[in-house]
Amino acid sequence: MNISPTSVISDAALQAGPAAKARGYWATVGRRIVRDKVSMVCACILLAIFLSALCAPWLGLADPYQGSMIRRLRHIGTPNYPLGSDELGRDMLARLIYGGRLSLVIGILPVIFAFIVGTSLGLVAGYVGGKINTAIMRTVDVFYAFPSVLLAIAISGALGAGIVNSIVSLTIVFVPQITRVAESVTTGVRNMDFVEAARASGAGAFTIMRVHMLGNVLGPIFVYATGLISVSMILAAGLSFLGLGTKPPEPEWGLMLNTLRTAIYINPWVAALPGVMIFAVSICFNLLSDGLRSAMDIRN
Amino acid sequence: MLAYIARRIVYVIPIVISVALVCFLLVHITPGDPLVAVLPADASQELAAQLRVAYGFDRPLPVQFGLWLWKAVNGDLGHSIATGRPVLTEVMRAVGNTVTLAIAAAMIGFSLGLFFGLIAGYFRDTWIDKVATSVAIAGVSVPHYWLGMVLVIIFSVQLNWLPAVGAGPGGSGSWGWDWEHIRYLILPAITTSVIPMGIVTRTVRALTGDILSQDFVEALRAKGLRETHVFRHVIKNAAPTAMAVMGLQLGYMLGGSILIETVFSWPGSGLLLNSAIFQRDLPLLQGTILVLALFFVFLNLMVDIAQAAIDPRIKRS
Repeated sequence: MNISPTSVISDAALQAGPAAKARGYWATVGRRIVRDKVSMVCACILLAIFLSALCAPWLGLADPYQGSMIRRLRHIGTPNYPLGSDELGRDMLARLIYGGRLSLVIGILPVIFAFIVGTSLGLVAGYVGGKINTAIMRTVDVFYAFPSVLLAIAISGALGAGIVNSIVSLTIVFVPQITRVAESVTTGVRNMDFVEAARASGAGAFTIMRVHMLGNVLGPIFVYATGLISVSMILAAGLSFLGLGTKPPEPEWGLMLNTLRTAIYINPWVAALPGVMIFAVSICFNLLSDGLRSAMDIRN
Repeated sequence: MLAYIARRIVYVIPIVISVALVCFLLVHITPGDPLVAVLPADASQELAAQLRVAYGFDRPLPVQFGLWLWKAVNGDLGHSIATGRPVLTEVMRAVGNTVTLAIAAAMIGFSLGLFFGLIAGYFRDTWIDKVATSVAIAGVSVPHYWLGMVLVIIFSVQLNWLPAVGAGPGGSGSWGWDWEHIRYLILPAITTSVIPMGIVTRTVRALTGDILSQDFVEALRAKGLRETHVFRHVIKNAAPTAMAVMGLQLGYMLGGSILIETVFSWPGSGLLLNSAIFQRDLPLLQGTILVLALFFVFLNLMVDIAQAAIDPRIKRS
């Protein structure tokens, strides 16, 4: 977010005038969210998880693939194994940190893809209206007739296990939801005066959608999409947990939870660790999304 | 009211047909030949061709869909490849267990959700509200399959109080409402209830807060009505939306039980779906998904009708 440059410029340029007036909408939202303690703590936790996953090879961790038959299922706090070892004797700390790479990718990518596709579909449906709206929205209704977990599992069950298939199936689950939100927001903006003015001055449909409407509808859709990341993380890991996503020996939180399930009688707390990571990421995204929503609700 | 119900039912028909189409097409997006699961690995070309004709795979897709739909309408969803039994029989037996689990989970999740939501909405921005909202946000954020594992670790492995898997002492046979069986239900039901609990809490909290800030509540209080009476008005106004959310959640519990049923080996429709996926039992996969989706559509229809019945504002629009 471009909070600081904007506020610096506005402060410098308008020192004489009241600062509050000069600040744009997004700058105000940015300031509000930075002041929200819960959101900032969540953002820091997420940033730490992201960075450690990204920089995993340079953190001096053990090899996440290197197992040892004589060092299986060590307890948390064992020397050289700060978080214990898994059922094949691999270092849990390394696998949890490396696991963030795949887990975050398969959890977040579907929402990004669905955001792009769903926003485009919703924008077109809402702006063009008529038969195109009916066609798009009735198709969306069909997908609403399936509980989302069932739809995700049905599609990836039919497509077969694999990372790409799991991303595809989750994208299909989220596109209808985002399309619905985008369509209703667009319909609300479509008849406003500034759109009317753009139309009167001869702008084409594509230009109006891209230049005049996108900026006005993107905010609410974005907030909705950030709220979906939490669901997506849980579902993506869930697919791997069922054996429909990542394949062994890749470190991924859902799959780790699955393979460690047999170890709950020997070393229960090590077996539960991957779930803690999923929980942490999911709850942070949820709280951050809530914070963003209330920060964007400037009227209150 | 009758006109409203009739309109809703007419509106559902195209949805049902499209749902059936999606279920039908699921088999056709599977990579490879749909015959792979039935065909022996060393089958000759002639046998494959014969089977293709026998299963009707040689006909054009719309014809295949028409035939499949006609059979499905008449209650014939084909036979399971793994067991050879009719798909409908298998699915209905499993759905019974899932309904048991969903009802138990709904009783826990909805009552806790209503309780937390109401007190959080009533005591907005106090510590009570903060505790209730935290519980709710944890409920919607927790990976429930992991929570199931943790509960098993605590109550089965460490304390040895409750069984970890299954649905009764005698295997998956018959369910009964006695303690011997209910013991098996407790952990899966609690695990299933956390998401609906969180969502109902958040919905009811927002509704209660909204209603309490409206002018008519002010008027009721100014009229000298006791707080218990005001509370009754709040409930009345919150009921339609809260009920719709709960109906939807019940549908999610019925259709999305696969992860929890896998954790607890609960012999319901989710576990059936799981085995259908991994044995590549396509007729069973198709049939289970169809039945679960139709349940969901039917439940949504019921919720809409019930909502219109108790909320006079809906019929007018």
